[in-house]
Amino acid sequence: MTATPLADTLRRLLGPGKPEVTCETCFDLLDQYVDAEVLGQDADAAGPGLRAHLDGCPACADENDTLRALVAFE
Amino acid sequence: MTQRAGTDVDVAAQTGPQPAELDEDSARWMSSLRSTGARRDQAVADLHALLLRAARFEAGRRAGGMPAADRDDLAMQAADDALMQVLGKLDTFEGRSRFTTWAYKFAIYEAGVKARRRIWQDREVTLEAESWSLIPDTGSGPAAEAEGRELLHALEDGIRTALTPHQRNVLVALAVTGVPIDVLSDRLGTTRGALYKTLHDARRKLRGHLGDQGLAVLADGYVKETR
Ligand SMILES: [Zn+2]
Repeated sequence: MTATPLADTLRRLLGPGKPEVTCETCFDLLDQYVDAEVLGQDADAAGPGLRAHLDGCPACADENDTLRALVAFE
Repeated sequence: MTQRAGTDVDVAAQTGPQPAELDEDSARWMSSLRSTGARRDQAVADLHALLLRAARFEAGRRAGGMPAADRDDLAMQAADDALMQVLGKLDTFEGRSRFTTWAYKFAIYEAGVKARRRIWQDREVTLEAESWSLIPDTGSGPAAEAEGRELLHALEDGIRTALTPHQRNVLVALAVTGVPIDVLSDRLGTTRGALYKTLHDARRKLRGHLGDQGLAVLADGYVKETR
């Protein structure tokens, strides 16, 4: 999904607008979330509120992207 | 169960899956890292190699423009720090993921934070919340759309009037100027989590401000008049 510049600005300023976990909880759950994603399981069950946080927090989203790419290689 | 301080809802902490039995590979890692002598030494060396691979991968993604020797040095430091983290937290690994996935995240975190810090080390971070605008002077980008321009004006107004000075500074630095959150937390002497909480509160206030103006922003960026 490619966001328009306006949608991107809004996302950065307004965040996901949904219940989300903290950065700390995101880090705690990231491994099980990524494993579930890569293994085709229900990632949102492994980390409720985590997807919303990744939409709002670029630093945690970067870590998620790299972990998923690394695990998917194996 | 108590909720952690931070965002308003921390649902995952309450409903995450229960500890699982270790898969074969994870069990092998755990038993060799908990052993002694040559077997443990070999396991620690193997773990460091695994962490270094993850740190190099992340450093390559975040700091691709950095000289290769500096990037490698950064990855090595990240792997060293991550090794200490993983060994120190071994008893907290419960097998909810594979051991290698769990270990990787420490190396990725360390490498990512170090890369952002290194890239920004000579750059000034201004917390001068007056010298910014959401609306470019020329007619390209979001401002080309009348609806976008109106919304951006409402957002600028909200940032200037509805937020505390600290919320405004943090929101502008993170969401307008694009300062990485770890860099800003270093400069302000705080943590990523604490800054994100401030950002979260500022975003909620901004949404409230838009609502007061009769505007609601939907998930895809579409703006709906609410009155
Ligand atoms: Zn985060």
